[in-house]
Amino acid sequence: MTKVFERPKALCDVELHYCPGCTHGIIHRLVAEVIDELGIEGQTVGVASVGCSVFSYNYFACDMEQAAHGRAPAVATGIKRALPERVVFTYQGDGDLAAIGTAETVHAASRGENITVIFVNNAIYGMTGGQMAPTTLEGQITQTTPYGRDVKKQGHPVRVCELLSQTGGAAYLARTAVDTVPNIKKTKAAIKKAFEYQLAGKGFSLVEVLSTCPTNWGLSPQEALQWLRDNMMPFYPLGVYKDIEEGKGNEK
Amino acid sequence: MADKVLMKGNEVIAEAAMQAGCKLFFGYPITPQTEISAYMAKRMPKIGGTFLQAESEVAAINMVYGAAGAGARVMTSSSSPGISLKSEGISYIAGSDLPCVIVNIVRGGPGLGGIQPAQSDYFQAVKGGGHGDYHMIVLAPSSIQELADITQDAFDIADQYRMPVMIMGDGMLGQMMEPVSFSNRKGRELPEKTWAACGTEGKRKHNIINSLYIEAEDLEKLVVARYEKYKEIEKNEVKWESYMTDDAEIIIAAYGTIARVAKTAIATLRKNGVRVGLIRPITLWPFPAQAFADAAEKADGFLTVEMSMGQMVEDVRLAVNGKKPVSFFGRTGGVIPTPDEICEAVMAMKEAK
Repeated sequence: MTKVFERPKALCDVELHYCPGCTHGIIHRLVAEVIDELGIEGQTVGVASVGCSVFSYNYFACDMEQAAHGRAPAVATGIKRALPERVVFTYQGDGDLAAIGTAETVHAASRGENITVIFVNNAIYGMTGGQMAPTTLEGQITQTTPYGRDVKKQGHPVRVCELLSQTGGAAYLARTAVDTVPNIKKTKAAIKKAFEYQLAGKGFSLVEVLSTCPTNWGLSPQEALQWLRDNMMPFYPLGVYKDIEEGKGNEK
Repeated sequence: MADKVLMKGNEVIAEAAMQAGCKLFFGYPITPQTEISAYMAKRMPKIGGTFLQAESEVAAINMVYGAAGAGARVMTSSSSPGISLKSEGISYIAGSDLPCVIVNIVRGGPGLGGIQPAQSDYFQAVKGGGHGDYHMIVLAPSSIQELADITQDAFDIADQYRMPVMIMGDGMLGQMMEPVSFSNRKGRELPEKTWAACGTEGKRKHNIINSLYIEAEDLEKLVVARYEKYKEIEKNEVKWESYMTDDAEIIIAAYGTIARVAKTAIATLRKNGVRVGLIRPITLWPFPAQAFADAAEKADGFLTVEMSMGQMVEDVRLAVNGKKPVSFFGRTGGVIPTPDEICEAVMAMKEAK
């Protein structure tokens, strides 16, 4: 009998701590499958961030460094500059990447730092119990926007791919989702491309993955996927925002 | 012996670091230490190293964290307000047991303060600065030659104990020129960095660089073990200079730049028959407490002189432990006490006896 499904080797055989219905597990798996397919586990150093994915250093089988809140791209820069031949990636949430870590994100992209960023956008701070994130949508109710996000008072949500598409050093920027099987497949292809661009020394790559947080959204996993489609996708359109090989995002 | 060259303090730090095998420097401009970055920017590419100007001090120290975690010899430098920004990262570095060298060319504070030489970051350097139970080894050179030697040693000390080492200077030391030679020093025997996150090569289980421990007992165990290491350091690494202390009735306690001024004052006082000496801590942490405790058996009293409102004086008082009076004289905000002012402070102490 042939085995048709197994745990990727780049994922450790440990129990993940994520809530039921959370899509972090899928995204972890996709990153690990890509690492396996490219055969780079022994040459890769990952950077875990602060937030729900903080324990990802226990889940990925490659060497890992845990970064302070928002600083993962700076930590990854230090690793990559010390070991230019290694593959370096960060795994960050929206609060980490687009609020406290905005400067590190924008400047790593501007420098064309040859690293890959996996950016999980679920429009909320999950680990701390569901506060407003920089990506929280207008009108969205969270613990710290109990009357819904009022853009006049709490500002507008940040579109990271659109923002970074203006930076000179970004080689590949894509927004995907993990709400359906076809979208999961597209996410994996985007992650693979991002790693391949790094391997080819093309510069900064980032894949923004629209993700769900059933616990803090107060929805069932199934409802959460529908909420993602109905609310997140219109504001955060899926697609490739920059691809220096395809000329995408280079238009003057 | 190696040839002597005339060099500026800040450039000596950069040159000594590269000679000690530092291949990565992450900086951010701030007066009065920018020559370190400028020298690194010029020289690093020539030796196959990396100089990177980060987007902030916060980013720079986290780049240091990343590179140190990957097993590299790495340094950053800044001045007081910049060190405040780096303090979060320093806490993470200490909590992850990473070796690195951090230079603080101290200027007057608090806030944006001024750009003149000061020693008002003593508390920040030796008592914490960042959050949590931790120490850094803090080295305080007083001449350009000592700056060269200490900078080179700092990397070995950091690697030996897997912890951050800070070199504390000030604008005076950073800007002045003195002859210096870069000795072909014998480095320490150092353990291999088997803990580094540098790629498993498929040959071992993954290494994790981390300071997060969710179980209170696990974290406590780790911190306690780290403090056992600190005890070893207190045993092995304490350094100070005793100057004319044998017959001294009054002993001045001073480090770095102001210790030089104190020596001038001592020469004047001795000419006038006042028996004064100096204990100059070279390691601010670990503090040479025993040197002061021993001196307290013989001397009549101590005068701590600092370019601050009085910070190290607290450690001198703890070391002397009430056996003899400990006075303080200092100027702050970037003002350097003159030899005359120090002489007056010594005489005032003598008269008050």
